[in-house]
Amino acid sequence: MDFLIFQVPMLMVQASLDGILLGILFALIAYGMALQWGVMNIINIAQGDLVILGGYIAYTMYLAGIHPAWGVIVSPIIMYFVGWALYKLVINKVVDRDLFISILATFGIAIVFQQLMNFIFGADVVVAQSEYGTTMLFDNSVTLPNSKIFSAFVSLAYAVALVIYMKKSKLGRAIRATAQNARAAKILGVDTEKVYAATFGINAALCGIAGALISITLTLHPYVGLPYTVRSFMIVIVAGLGNLPAVAISGMGLGLFEEFADYILGTEFRIGAVFMLLVFILVYRRFKLSKKREYLK
Amino acid sequence: MNKIAKLFITFISAVTLALASITSSFAKVEDGMIVLGSAISLTGKYSSNGVHTQNGYNMAVDRINKMGGVKVGGKSYKFEIIYYDDESNPKRAAQLAERLIKQDGVHYMLGPYSSGLTKAIAPVTEKYKIPMVEANGASRSLFTKGYKYLFAVLSPANQYLEVAIDLAVEKNGGKPVKIAQAFEQDAFSQDVRLGILDAAKRTGSKIIIDDKLPKELNDMAATLAKVKATKPDVLVVSGHTKGALTAIRQISEMKVDVPMLAMTHCDAAKLSKQHGKKSEYALCASQWHKNLSYKDKFFGSGKKYDKDFKKEFGYAPPYQSAESSAALLVFKDAFERADSFDRDKVRDALKATEMQTFYGNIKFGPGGQNVAKPMILFQVRCKGDTCENKVVAPTKWASDKFFHPIPKWSERG
Repeated sequence: MDFLIFQVPMLMVQASLDGILLGILFALIAYGMALQWGVMNIINIAQGDLVILGGYIAYTMYLAGIHPAWGVIVSPIIMYFVGWALYKLVINKVVDRDLFISILATFGIAIVFQQLMNFIFGADVVVAQSEYGTTMLFDNSVTLPNSKIFSAFVSLAYAVALVIYMKKSKLGRAIRATAQNARAAKILGVDTEKVYAATFGINAALCGIAGALISITLTLHPYVGLPYTVRSFMIVIVAGLGNLPAVAISGMGLGLFEEFADYILGTEFRIGAVFMLLVFILVYRRFKLSKKREYLK
Repeated sequence: MNKIAKLFITFISAVTLALASITSSFAKVEDGMIVLGSAISLTGKYSSNGVHTQNGYNMAVDRINKMGGVKVGGKSYKFEIIYYDDESNPKRAAQLAERLIKQDGVHYMLGPYSSGLTKAIAPVTEKYKIPMVEANGASRSLFTKGYKYLFAVLSPANQYLEVAIDLAVEKNGGKPVKIAQAFEQDAFSQDVRLGILDAAKRTGSKIIIDDKLPKELNDMAATLAKVKATKPDVLVVSGHTKGALTAIRQISEMKVDVPMLAMTHCDAAKLSKQHGKKSEYALCASQWHKNLSYKDKFFGSGKKYDKDFKKEFGYAPPYQSAESSAALLVFKDAFERADSFDRDKVRDALKATEMQTFYGNIKFGPGGQNVAKPMILFQVRCKGDTCENKVVAPTKWASDKFFHPIPKWSERG
């Protein structure tokens, strides 16, 4: 039983693929977080709850007899407006304040969202069925749910589309300008208020896509948002703000790391190992930074 | 200003205290009413099961009151329950228990939903010497603390899946089996795990995978990949409704072939409804099933209970409702045997309970757990697209034969 993963090499392939596919999905949520963190300097504790709400939109479609995969189109549209409204109602009042206030505000939003979802959708754990089947590799020894492959592809497609949008479109340029220097952007005629609202909307839309994907790959429950917030927070911490390829790589890396930690250390240390890695990275970064400073002196 | 405020506060608290003492002096039995108290999860993460529990209580109260109530000292009394919403929060539940006892003067309590909340309330009822009959806290640790006023009508958590291991050994020709298990890291699931460890020891079986799933469990692909590689004889999973739904989703998607799959919380997860045919052959632990042949004069049989409950609440009763109804039958029986409203006499009568209800036989062990009722196992079986839970063990109650081994995914349509 010792290190089963080394005795059965196919498990390594399985673990790697599982980790990467799930990592891409998490990277999408993390990218939304990095975007609005970078632009508005807000750490959104309600990120995971936006994801779950997006999932429930897809689940509602599933109950109505529509294939839940359409959720990846419908859910972001609805969620964009949810995010936009949320900005107009709450976030615009905390956007220039210090980080602590925005954390408190989004924490409050998270609680309200959880209770609302519990009230509307009930406290049962639910799943939507995609009936996508399974891809079997290497004589059935490696099995990949097609729903996971689908979700990784959709995540990638949206991420690429977003990168192009941010580079080419007017709004994308305005968002990037605001992120670099909000005051200068304002002087040069960028309506930063509008940019903020759009950024929060885009973030919510990304959460909506991820939620729809989660409804067909994992499970939904009004109170499971927080782990998604924590996961995306970690990915952003590792990758840094405003660097999409880094977010994607750190998402996949964390997914891989988690899977391998599961096999080598045991399932109970899976989450613990990720947190250990986070501490290690933070310490390493500090160490590197301090070295740089000395050099500059 | 400050003085006035202080005086005002003193006045308010004096009035509250006076009121509290007045109410508590007669609230336990009021105008022919026996008032019971319960903190119950009507909102928050346990709200669906909290409502099942409350419906079970209410159903029994109505039935008992309609059929003549409780006869004590030659007089007939009716049951009434004061409910408070504990928001699925243990701290809140403990506060509400204090409030029920101290302010509302309740002398007899009904349990909340879940082991965690029962654990929070039990020290309070114990402190005030309030007898509590609970129907939804199965954790073994509730029954090892030496509580004297706690009585549970359900079987403790460690018994949930022990039968499944015996069944696996039986199917293996009496030879020990290889067990793979994955349990969430919470009190209840870990108790279920202890039961499996006992059963494995007793039968000489070997546990080859023993994963502890995180509370924020949403993915058990790694565990299942290990199962695929090691080919155990039986896979045991317990992680509440989320665990059951995740397991079936990923077992079917990853095409994990295992001869026997045993789980908890299948009916709470509406497994056969949410996953349909993918959940077929799963073996599930349950406290109760409508087809069992227990009887009592209030609800008749399990089937009758099922029918009446459906008529009243519009859905089929999960076992959480059935066991909650049984809690009131136990209280009624104890009051009548004690023939008094003296708390200690009622407690002694509860302790001596030995009765049959539609839900099962009830007799309390030294820790307060029900020792007279075995757990049952049902198996999900499908005909076309409709799936049903069929009782397969223990043999005495079985309506159908246990299907073993589970066909391989490549042979399943």
